[in-house]
Amino acid sequence: MLELRSVGMHFGAVEALVDVDLELGAGEVVGLMGDNGAGKSTLLKIVAGNFAPTSGRVLWDAAGVDLSPLSARELGIEAVYQDLALCDNLSAAANVFLGRELSRRLFGVLPVLDHAAMRRKSTELFAELGSDTRADDLVRQMSGGQRQAVAIARARLSAPRLMLLDEPTAAISVRQIAEVLELIRSLKQQGVGILLISHRMSDVFAVADRIVVLRRGRKVADKPTADSSAEEATALITGAIEAA
Amino acid sequence: MLTVAALAGVMSLVSEPFASADNLFNVSRNFAFIGLIALGQTAVIATGGIDLSVGSVMGLAGIVTGLVLGSGQPLALAAVAGLGCALLCGLVNGALVGYLRLSPFVVTLGMLSIARSLALVVSNNRMIHDFGPDEDLVLALGGGRFLGLANPVWLLLVAALGAAAWFRYSRLARYVLAVGGNEVSTHLAGIPVARVKLTVYVLSSLLAGASAILMIGWLGAVTNALGQGYELRVIASAVIGGANLMGGEGGAFGAVAGAALIELIRNSLLLLGVDPYWQGAFVGGSIIVAMLVERVRRGRQTAG
Repeated sequence: MLELRSVGMHFGAVEALVDVDLELGAGEVVGLMGDNGAGKSTLLKIVAGNFAPTSGRVLWDAAGVDLSPLSARELGIEAVYQDLALCDNLSAAANVFLGRELSRRLFGVLPVLDHAAMRRKSTELFAELGSDTRADDLVRQMSGGQRQAVAIARARLSAPRLMLLDEPTAAISVRQIAEVLELIRSLKQQGVGILLISHRMSDVFAVADRIVVLRRGRKVADKPTADSSAEEATALITGAIEAA
Repeated sequence: MLTVAALAGVMSLVSEPFASADNLFNVSRNFAFIGLIALGQTAVIATGGIDLSVGSVMGLAGIVTGLVLGSGQPLALAAVAGLGCALLCGLVNGALVGYLRLSPFVVTLGMLSIARSLALVVSNNRMIHDFGPDEDLVLALGGGRFLGLANPVWLLLVAALGAAAWFRYSRLARYVLAVGGNEVSTHLAGIPVARVKLTVYVLSSLLAGASAILMIGWLGAVTNALGQGYELRVIASAVIGGANLMGGEGGAFGAVAGAALIELIRNSLLLLGVDPYWQGAFVGGSIIVAMLVERVRRGRQTAG
């Protein structure tokens, strides 16, 4: 589905990514790991269309593409950012549909927001994700896990084929982390490909099919989770092992 | 809303003239002018902004409308000219705040000074009381009554119902609240944040202009002091009505109730024989109290 071929990115003299290859198929969860500044976020932003790589190619369904945020979305790539980008003052349903509100026509002409339809559809999305989030609750009143569900439901709305999750388990409680991991599993079952950036080794090993480790912009490992271990991954991230 | 009812109840017991038809008529008409502008101010505040220029825009729109009327033009043309000036002020405010990302406080403070000064320039500091051939129409529009209510009150009612529906059912109003809640995420969701901001400043100015046209009909004359100091009462109305100065909250009925409450306070003080010099202190105090109440309410919410 997604393929990066020797992608490189430099900001002035700083080499953020060097010669990175990556493949990701439907229903596959890839855990992307690396220390701060290893190039994880840069890679994510390239796939999300925020940055154009300075070298190499991005392929989608085996065809070369030039991604912009808009075209990435149109292809079915949705990013969920670390800060979640939700409006605290609005309801869960309002956030899920933000910028894509459903409307109906009053008296056949006047367009008005269709609150009932948005509530119904978001309730369905939350049920699909196995989350107890209620459509009418304000995001301000929600737990970290529920917020994550809102952010993911929003991304799900367009039925994406690939989701980019940036640190979805940072800054939430242990119980909520379990909820989010469950969300990821249910997305995988529905055939959604997932690129998961996380610092939390245990989370990556719990849900990822493959791990990819970046160190100083280079890919130093890309192997099935089953063939690796948290110890090996840590060593790869820190550079104690050169490559695996 | 409850506070308004409570205060009105107490006053009708304490003061005989309060509940008289004449007094209630006057009170409702007085807050109609402010309430109309407070609707627009609420939208601005809901985006996390503020519009300090409404009083001056009122002055400029009033003067321009008066001048065009005085030169013998019909009311329709004069209203278009007055509203056109208001529109320009709103466009400048909105463009600077939305597209150039300048601070709303500073931009509209500048406009407060500019519009007031322009009103002086175009009127040459004269009072305008000759409204030309359409004078009767102008006076009837702002000063007349219909079914026992002053015309401006009817207009406020229609505008408030329209604004309430707008807040609940329009996509734009949803974006207004979203911008006030989290500007960055609203932008990430693909919403044109700058355009949303431009729109609310234009709305705010246009309502100030409309209010000015009504007001000169009621006053029967216009001076360049029209609307001076009104920004405080308008902002107070919106804030007392529940608009959150941090953005993301606000509604139409709140703004009207806020305007009604301020006018009731003013009226009650007068009827109770309190020196009018105290009015500013009470209006100012009520804004601060409203903020405190809001803080207590919010504190409870986050604790729960």
